[in-house]
Amino acid sequence: MKEQLHELKEQVILKIKESNTVKDLNDVRVAYLGKKGPITDLLKGMGKLPAEERPKMGALVNEIRESVTEILEERKETLEQQAIQEQLENESIDVTLPGRPVELGNHHPLTRVVEEIEDFFISMGYEIAEGPEVEKDYYNFEALNLPKGHPARDMQDSFYITEDILLRTHTSPVQARTMEAKDGAAIKIICPGKVYRRDSDDATHSHQFTQIEGLVVGENIRMSDLKGTLDLLAKKLFGAEREIRLRPSFFPFTEPSVEMDISCFKCGGTGCNVCKKTGWIEILGAGMVHPNVLEMAGYNPEEVTGFAFGMGPERIAMLKYGVEDIRHFYTNDIRFISQFHRSEA
Amino acid sequence: MLVSTNWLSNYVDWNELSVEELAEKITRAGIEVDGIIDRSFGMDNIVIGYVNNCVKHPEADKLHICQVDVGGEISQIICGAPNIAEGQHVIVARPGAILPGGMKIKKAKLRGEESNGMICSLQELGIEGKLVPKAYAEGIYVLPNDVRAGDSALTHLGLYDRILEFDLTPNRSDALSMLGVAYEVGAILSKDIKLPEISYSASAEKAQSVLKLSVEATEDNPMYVAKVVKNVKVAESPQWLQNTLMSAGIRPHNNVVDITNYVLMEYGQPLHAFDYDRLETKEIVVRHAREGEKMVTLDQVERTLNDQQLVITNGKEPVALAGVMGGANSEVREGTTTVVIESAYFAPSSVRQTSKEVGLRSDASTRFEKGVDPNRVAEAAERAAQMMAELAGGEVLEGSVTFDELDKTPQRIILSPDYVNNRLGMKIAMDEMKTIMDRLQIPTDLINGQLVMDIPTRRQDLKIKEDMIEEIARLYGYDEIPKTLPIVESTPGGLTPYQAKRRIVRRYLEAAGLSQALTYSLASPKDAQAFALETAPVTKLLMPMSEERSILRQSIIPHLLDATTYNVARRNESIALYETGSVFLGIEEDGLPKEVEHVAAALTGKWVHHAWQGETKKVDFFVMKGIVEGLFEQLGLHERLQFTKATVDQMHPGRTATVWLDDQSVGIIGQVHPTVQKQRDLQETYVMEMNLQAIMQTAIEELLYEAVPRYPSISRDIALVVDRDTTAANLEKIIQQAGGKLLKKVQLFDLYEGKNVDEGTKSVAFSLTYFDPERTLTDEDVVKAHSKVLDALTVQANAQLRS
Repeated sequence: MKEQLHELKEQVILKIKESNTVKDLNDVRVAYLGKKGPITDLLKGMGKLPAEERPKMGALVNEIRESVTEILEERKETLEQQAIQEQLENESIDVTLPGRPVELGNHHPLTRVVEEIEDFFISMGYEIAEGPEVEKDYYNFEALNLPKGHPARDMQDSFYITEDILLRTHTSPVQARTMEAKDGAAIKIICPGKVYRRDSDDATHSHQFTQIEGLVVGENIRMSDLKGTLDLLAKKLFGAEREIRLRPSFFPFTEPSVEMDISCFKCGGTGCNVCKKTGWIEILGAGMVHPNVLEMAGYNPEEVTGFAFGMGPERIAMLKYGVEDIRHFYTNDIRFISQFHRSEA
Repeated sequence: MLVSTNWLSNYVDWNELSVEELAEKITRAGIEVDGIIDRSFGMDNIVIGYVNNCVKHPEADKLHICQVDVGGEISQIICGAPNIAEGQHVIVARPGAILPGGMKIKKAKLRGEESNGMICSLQELGIEGKLVPKAYAEGIYVLPNDVRAGDSALTHLGLYDRILEFDLTPNRSDALSMLGVAYEVGAILSKDIKLPEISYSASAEKAQSVLKLSVEATEDNPMYVAKVVKNVKVAESPQWLQNTLMSAGIRPHNNVVDITNYVLMEYGQPLHAFDYDRLETKEIVVRHAREGEKMVTLDQVERTLNDQQLVITNGKEPVALAGVMGGANSEVREGTTTVVIESAYFAPSSVRQTSKEVGLRSDASTRFEKGVDPNRVAEAAERAAQMMAELAGGEVLEGSVTFDELDKTPQRIILSPDYVNNRLGMKIAMDEMKTIMDRLQIPTDLINGQLVMDIPTRRQDLKIKEDMIEEIARLYGYDEIPKTLPIVESTPGGLTPYQAKRRIVRRYLEAAGLSQALTYSLASPKDAQAFALETAPVTKLLMPMSEERSILRQSIIPHLLDATTYNVARRNESIALYETGSVFLGIEEDGLPKEVEHVAAALTGKWVHHAWQGETKKVDFFVMKGIVEGLFEQLGLHERLQFTKATVDQMHPGRTATVWLDDQSVGIIGQVHPTVQKQRDLQETYVMEMNLQAIMQTAIEELLYEAVPRYPSISRDIALVVDRDTTAANLEKIIQQAGGKLLKKVQLFDLYEGKNVDEGTKSVAFSLTYFDPERTLTDEDVVKAHSKVLDALTVQANAQLRS
């Protein structure tokens, strides 16, 4: 019987080793350790043994059963590990396949420029002022020191609705309206908006375009304040290493008037095709608010001064992003607009 | 304004600078130099030649074989110009020369005959055709006979000259003359300037004895000076004068006309020359034209005049349109012997008006329009008389015939140095300011610590103190102005709530997948009111540039559809665009249209596109509706939002809704009518437009926290069969009303029509959530509430419950 037992043990171990799945292993367990298995049979047959051999044989059977069970468990562990491994291998994916897109839209490039400028000035305590796109001749011209018949009106061929009403040719009427409404109080505003001029649309002209202007009015506002403000703006828009220069110019609503150039952001000032070999790029017009304009709005120009500046977001965007044709801003080709997707810190 | 740097040297010595340095200094001081033109174009090997012999080319009708003395050497040159002839002095481009057009001159054979160069026209040397004297416009240029073969033709033609192109701002009309430019350059370089010296010997005969003048329109013509020059010989001008005029962009005609043009450019004072004999009446009368009066101007055009237009007459009929153009009947021409030189001050507004009405702008009219210098009117006439004596052999009669009521006193401006410095943010000493005025040749006294300046009439742009601040600053140098920031009471700044909400709307729509478009406000009559939420009288342009852009829009959708079509035509087939912008409705009390800010969107093509996992979905009504609902949620208004079916022109009748905020209709949403889609070359396209202003101006409640549930909720699903026409909104309303306070949420989760459901009906399923914040609900509670809901649906919506 002892030999029988050892033979059985060898047999079971072999079967366990041959099992390659958890199921096979289970079959082995049932076959050998189950109620109808040979070990159980052996235990049942113990009664036939002489009494003095029973404890010895019982211990041996149990020992064999335990060791077989242990081997079986070990084998099970291994097979389970193998199964998981196999499953994981089957679940493996091609991580280079495209992800499900998150479809985001984006700002129009002009809005991007306008908001950048707005936010810069908001941080310096400015408010954003808006006004109607269809304006009275008074606010568009007269209140800005451009009386009827003024030669400078030649510069602005306008879309008139009636003799006294037109599509605004600049956002300056918002300044005139704000000054009038403020009734002598100090002002720090930025005026963005659409403007219209009677131009044929081509690569550099658009009958509708945008402008963004600034106005500061108060006691003791100096031209040096204008220069300092514009210097910060230039650095914000085109980089900290930009230098500015002012050139005398003429606008009916400012005196003195200036044009501001920035050192070329492409070549740094040595001369290239962007700056037309001059090292400088014209960015905006500005000046000290003309005393007539202050006076018409109810300020005393002897006591109150101000500065104003204005620029074209189209021009800024064209320079910043290298856009060569102004019409791109208005055809709304998604291949154009979607290039301005990236958020800028 | 074209400024010849050679000519400028006559008045101010700038030669210690390069032309580039000069241009830079002028630009930095306020007159933008747009470009520098080298009139020599770097040409070389261009000489004067003498045509010794000229015979027809045996093999070519239009060619001549010329033996040309090019300076001690005879060169055979083939020439095709019609006006080539023996005995002429001509311009020869020798082999090796490169002409401005890029043509390289080489030895060549033309129809078997050797040609060692080219005989040139002025155009071939880079002179614009419209500047070439008419006699040589169609052929080669023939030089006078006082030249020497072999000399440089460029020197003779004054082409070793560089021209500054001024981009003048409207205020600087003082720089529309060489003298004005000289004053400016003198001021910039701190140099004196040399004015022309006028002297000639007049004849004993007095101008007044041969010409009578009366000015009737004294307001439009406050000053008129006429001089008479007899025995003039009309001829070609000397070469230097022709060269000078061409350098200034003026075509030479004859010596008399050329002299008036030269003085125009030198003094900025337009002159006119009449043929005294052709005036016939020995009289000049300045008056307004009679309504309907006719005259033929120099350009041979007959013009009908009105009674606002100023004319010069001979007492009977007009002989010139004052300040704009002379008349054909009194033009100086070959054979003219006595010339009347007119120098006048015509009111700027009058000339501007007339020049606009007749459509003529000339060098003369542009200067009158800006206002000429009152103190140069008489002097310019004298200058012209002197030149006619010198260059046309004329005999100048004593004195002038003059009418003069023009104010010529300089304007006085008094300025304190503090006023200047406070406005500039600088500390310029008074002496320094005085020095700048001296450089500008503005007579200035220092009285009681103030600058007292008498502004010369040539600088009509200097009227107020601020003008003088600019003069001081620009010559002191804008680079010297420090950089400071305004010192004012600090204010918080920022966006208004309305502006902030606009940004929220844009950000939301972009996060929802739409890109911002920017379209034109001007629309065609067809599109101006299409899809409009509300229509009102349209705002039309008086003078549109095209019908396409003639009316202010009342709706954004048509332009977004244009943009969509544009994209689809370029194979960008899935489009999601939005725009915020104004529409223009009717006329308000103040005469302006009511501008209302709208938001609109257009969607077409695929909405979800994730092909390899099989997830692709076209846009539909509910995509757009979801976007609108989300927008209202962003603005805290979603619980007040409703959609009702609507009929809108150009929209799909079954797939269009009105958007309601409370009981206010604020927008439309739906599919574009299939017919319109087809017209616009679009597939299924959905649009929406809403009155953004109304939405953003709607007040919302403060945001308050609601307790997070502590007890579980219970859900029950209902499946119903109802009439096809019963709306989801109606069912939901019935459920909400019947469900009582325990019903927290109703969600439609299934909709089915077709097989297994009777025709004319549909199956709808809702999930209802019951919840009590105070306790855990029992089954009993829910059964009670739920059965009320089921009853209500049965009774009110005739619903059959499906198990």
